[in-house]
Amino acid sequence: MSSLRYGYITGPVLGALWMVVLSTTVSVAMSFATGDAFRPSILLSLVWGALGGGLIVAMGRNMMIQAVIAVAVIATVMIGFGPMVTGDNAGMFSSIFGAAVLGGTFAVSLAVILTDITPGELTRHEFEAAVIRFLTGFGYIFFTAIVLIPFYVMVMTSLKNQAELIQNPLDFSIDLSKGWDLFRSYDELFRQFNFGTYLLNSFIISVLTVFITLLFAIPGAYAVARLRFRGRAAFSRSILLIYMVPMIVLALPIYIAFSMTGLRNSLGGIIMIYPVTTIPVALYMLQGYFRGLPAEVEEAGLMDGLSRLKVIWKITLPLSLPALASVSLYVFMIAWNEFLLAFMLLDDPTKFTLTRGIASLNSSEIPRQHLMAGSVIATVPIMALFLGLEKFMTKGLTAGSVKG
Amino acid sequence: MSDLSPPRGTGPLAKREARLAWGLLSPTLIAVALVVLLPLLAIFWISVKPVSLADLRAPEVVLREDLRGDAEAVGDEANIRYRLRNSSQEQPINDVSFTDTIPDGLTVGALDARCSLDGQALSCDLGDWEPGFRENLMIPVTVGQAFLDGGVDPGDSEPAIEGKASSVLTNNTFTFENFARVFDGDEFWGVLGVTMFYTVFGTIGALLFGLFAALLLNKEFRGQGILRGLYLFPYVAPVIAVAFAWILLFDPFSGSANALLVQMGVTSSAINFFGERPLALIMVTVFEIWRYFPLSFLFILARMQSIDTDMYEAADMDGASPFQQFWSLSVPQLLGILSVLFLLRFIWTFNKFDDIFLLTGGNAGTRTLTVNVYEQAFAVSNIGAGAAVAVVIFGCLLLFSLFFFKFISQEEGL
Repeated sequence: MSSLRYGYITGPVLGALWMVVLSTTVSVAMSFATGDAFRPSILLSLVWGALGGGLIVAMGRNMMIQAVIAVAVIATVMIGFGPMVTGDNAGMFSSIFGAAVLGGTFAVSLAVILTDITPGELTRHEFEAAVIRFLTGFGYIFFTAIVLIPFYVMVMTSLKNQAELIQNPLDFSIDLSKGWDLFRSYDELFRQFNFGTYLLNSFIISVLTVFITLLFAIPGAYAVARLRFRGRAAFSRSILLIYMVPMIVLALPIYIAFSMTGLRNSLGGIIMIYPVTTIPVALYMLQGYFRGLPAEVEEAGLMDGLSRLKVIWKITLPLSLPALASVSLYVFMIAWNEFLLAFMLLDDPTKFTLTRGIASLNSSEIPRQHLMAGSVIATVPIMALFLGLEKFMTKGLTAGSVKG
Repeated sequence: MSDLSPPRGTGPLAKREARLAWGLLSPTLIAVALVVLLPLLAIFWISVKPVSLADLRAPEVVLREDLRGDAEAVGDEANIRYRLRNSSQEQPINDVSFTDTIPDGLTVGALDARCSLDGQALSCDLGDWEPGFRENLMIPVTVGQAFLDGGVDPGDSEPAIEGKASSVLTNNTFTFENFARVFDGDEFWGVLGVTMFYTVFGTIGALLFGLFAALLLNKEFRGQGILRGLYLFPYVAPVIAVAFAWILLFDPFSGSANALLVQMGVTSSAINFFGERPLALIMVTVFEIWRYFPLSFLFILARMQSIDTDMYEAADMDGASPFQQFWSLSVPQLLGILSVLFLLRFIWTFNKFDDIFLLTGGNAGTRTLTVNVYEQAFAVSNIGAGAAVAVVIFGCLLLFSLFFFKFISQEEGL
């Protein structure tokens, strides 16, 4: 390790690795965007990256050097000897664009990574700071890529037809001249596959689940958090125990019981089951929050002659609105995304929830485009809700422990 | 002399509080008992029963009634035909009997020995039926004017049927064959091995990725909120949507991942990511990590942001390098949340069903215990065997949670 701590070694090594990261990233991004053949050349990336790193360390980080590096990268890519290789079929414009992006980002970001790196011996602090900046850059690219790619594929596939995709699975460019015809799958799902009904079913079930869950969990959480009774400690532990029971173990007897009582295939049955799966989570999250509220306010209420129930209604609940919001959001998410029970208990296509509806699209007779369009329909509302209320979600999830 | 010792036992006020507490908790307790405890008991019961999917429909008497022969003029002879059948091919039905009303104006002729007539009410006692039993019972009748006027068909009156069928779910037949089946051969150990691989690597992977992501976002910068929201996407999106997106992405024929790998020269032919051993198992584990790193990330980030920054400044002053600070300051502070997360995620990953079921259906060496429950109960239609697997899962979980509670009592209650 210590031999690495010299500027003229650290610079080229980090430069080489960073070039590999960037050329791979830009190649993948350009391939996904245009469908053309971009690929990184690992060996040349290492060589050019090391040269760039060495240059920045040796000459200092100024605009001139950065410009030189950027231009050099673009030029080598264009003559086919650079860190990124473009296929013959790639268009002129996309080649230049890819090369420019690669050269520009490399020159700018490497200079940032190699801040304070001087040719001579480095302190441990300087060296590690540079490595951390490199890892940070890599981390942002890596996580953003792994999170975005599946969703990108989902959305784009829903807009393209099967034949186009088999021809070139990487070509996600969409033909904007088609206009509304791009959304044909969505149109068909709503018109022929009942997705309007499924959307409504999912929404009603989720909202009802939230209300029923809160109705049960609020008094329960209050009792566990505030009231003294024998078995309180044991109780708050067994809540945790309950959500360690796997759903599939419960689903089997529930399936049998519902089959025998005729509750299978009814939304009523689903609404009976869903809240029970979320009550323990909600109770646990809420009792954590209730404990954090000052008891003095409630005691003042009691002194002034309010009953316990009135205290809950008039004092505790208004104070815990943020917690109620996050619990509601979380329960809504669980109910909206629930798949197993809906899959096992619903067979009648007029009563499906969204997740069950998507499962029914998974057949060889229905184009993949529809399957992805269905997935987008299920994903967009929950994402929109979640992004809008992200603060609540983050707080709520970490306030109490949460099932996943 | 009055007693001056402090009051013992619970006073009326405390009693009232306890009563209120139980009152507030009772709806939850009842609901949980009905939907969690009852099914758990049922699982144990079913696991020692020879139940198959078909047994869920109890055998019943199927009866169809029609009028055979001409019944158009007074004095015509006709037959009321009852076609009777035991719906089950395996279960007998005992003490079958039915009663029916003969329409006005039909005079019953020679009656079957097992039937009796009281006015217009016909009742027949048909005894015990073998599995798959079927019979046509004829009741000869003579048509009278009232029948022709009334326009009532014999089939219009619904016969009342009785019969005792013993359902395999409630009778006294017990078997250990389900468990024998589950533990039989190498299959069980294979399934257990797959489950452990998936659980251990899925959990550790999600923790490490979560830790890495949390380290990235543990500083203030513009766009931090957006990135934090973005990194939670895999966890928030419906599992079915992202699972299918992954299947499509890694499809051997039209998947983008394969096209990309071929283009980059990593592989020359398409890889069947979800169809080959042992790649499929690795892929479902990677999916598990991808889907659940956001959860670990969120918890670890929350803990990180509550660590006092003074400590880091002091360490900086003393010349500690960033990595030293991480190892000697951050890691010890995070150890609590990391171990709690590990235990929780371990159990939940162990319980995971949807993800593998959607990605591979348990094929290509990815059958975990939970998928096995479904496989046995619905694919093989042997509910009893499925329940037996569920009992095994439950046993494992009890073991884990004993360990868990012993451990978590030392950590801050998460």
